[in-house]
Amino acid sequence: MISVEHVSMSFGGIRAVQDCSLSVAKGSITGLIGPNGAGKSTLFNCIAGLYRPTAGRILLDGNDITGKKPHELFHLGVARTFQVAHEFSNMPVIENLMLVPAGQSGESLLSACLAWGRVREEEAKLRKRAEEVVDFLRLGAVRYERAGNLSGGQKKLLELGRVMMADPKVVLLDEVGAGVNRTLLAELASDIERLNRDRGYTFFVIEHDMDLIARLCDPVIVMAAGRVLTQGRMADIRKDDRVVEAYFGGGARSEAA
Amino acid sequence: MEIGGLLLYLMALVTMGGIYAVMALGLNLNWGMTGLFNVGIAGFFAVGAYTSALLTTPPMLARSGADVGGLGLPIPLGWIVAPLLAAAVAWVVGRICLRLRSDYLAIATIGIAEILRLVALNEQKLTGGPFGIKSIPRPFETMDRPWGEIALMALVALLVFATYLFMERARNSPWGRVMRAIRDNETAAGAMGKDVEAFRLQAFVIGSAFMGLGGALTAHYLKVLTPEASEPLYATFLVWVMLIVGGSGNNKGAVLGAVLIWLLWTASELVTGALPTEWGVRIAYVKMFLVGLLLVVVLQVFPQGLLPERPPKLAGEAAPR
Repeated sequence: MISVEHVSMSFGGIRAVQDCSLSVAKGSITGLIGPNGAGKSTLFNCIAGLYRPTAGRILLDGNDITGKKPHELFHLGVARTFQVAHEFSNMPVIENLMLVPAGQSGESLLSACLAWGRVREEEAKLRKRAEEVVDFLRLGAVRYERAGNLSGGQKKLLELGRVMMADPKVVLLDEVGAGVNRTLLAELASDIERLNRDRGYTFFVIEHDMDLIARLCDPVIVMAAGRVLTQGRMADIRKDDRVVEAYFGGGARSEAA
Repeated sequence: MEIGGLLLYLMALVTMGGIYAVMALGLNLNWGMTGLFNVGIAGFFAVGAYTSALLTTPPMLARSGADVGGLGLPIPLGWIVAPLLAAAVAWVVGRICLRLRSDYLAIATIGIAEILRLVALNEQKLTGGPFGIKSIPRPFETMDRPWGEIALMALVALLVFATYLFMERARNSPWGRVMRAIRDNETAAGAMGKDVEAFRLQAFVIGSAFMGLGGALTAHYLKVLTPEASEPLYATFLVWVMLIVGGSGNNKGAVLGAVLIWLLWTASELVTGALPTEWGVRIAYVKMFLVGLLLVVVLQVFPQGLLPERPPKLAGEAAPR
């Protein structure tokens, strides 16, 4: 689905990502782990279109998408969530969701003025879809609440909700577990599994929570110092000495992971 | 004061307050909905004012100190072309500046407004320079007093109402939803497939068009247009105070703020009029100080303005619970 081919990214003299190649298979939940500063987020942002890589290319279903802007990628079926929730804080939850789908005729001011009837019909349909997503994510109690007032965990659910409204091919999840309590994290994990199984979304996940990675992801890719170190099943990766060393430095053993 | 005089004062208040309301609604689209920090209102005001004045003022007797007259075209044409030209200028400015982050956009717009004002001041052949343009026709001025004033007030009120309806439709539409999303979180709006640059440009251009319309209306109402009219104090500062006091993001708030602040601005003459004559040149600054003070006081009590923003009514049936 996504292939990253020899991508490098430098900021001034800092080479955050160096000659990285990896691929995310269709229908998989692929994990990306690594210690802080490994270049995960930078690589992620290259895929999501926030950065243009200094070298290499990125393919989506075989088409070159290197350097495409985030809004263009969205229309090609790439959706993402943010590590720090990026909710539309002054808009109610339901509007946060209704905003997302592409091809709304009311997004043209001319249609909004001249074809209000059609716009309202579309809006009613969107509203229904948004309500379904709200119910799926157990956000019913806060559906009319301003998104800025939600708890950290609810904001993460809302991020996932926006992804559902997009109905994408591939979802980039940026530390969906950060700042979420264990109970909600387990729910979030089963939501992701359901979306993967029932709707066929491919997921590419950056995560620090090893339990979540172990539960969701196969395969898992490990990055360290800007390079891809290894990849494979979580069980095997836990045993890999190089991974242990990357996380804990030389000398540490066994208790890792 | 006599009743007749009081009524004329009230009509002048509503007319000019209404003109400001049109501009405050334009700014609300820029700032209240889309989060564009446009501090160059005076520039778009000037483009609109000079455009309409030059198009409609009769030839020859138009200007002192200049040798070309106006074109003497009908007033409605001036009122149509003025916002269009202001929009065109905004489009050019927006193409260059809208990629800038909000504080840089502020500096860029304020600079462009100053440039336009200095052009008006120095391009004597075109604008009459510091003497400005005189004898700009006022609609209904051939009618007897007070019917001309009443008709003009009604026309302005109608324009305010039409602008309000348009802005409400814009705000309640998915278009407005995209704007509010961009205001709240530009990065996320982009990640949700919205072409942020294109949408921001639309909001900037349309909002500026209404500022240009405000300029045109002012020129015809006052009949005289000098570069002073596009001083940032009168055009930019006052309109901003109106929107913030009324309630940024709320169209009703923009109208309310415009009328209220204009009322206080004119009423402050009662204070400044009582000051000793030596204060003459400082009076404008005293007024500005009073308005600034009012802004601070209002924001203490109503941090979101008198009428805070409310989310639009949603389409479709109530949610199944």
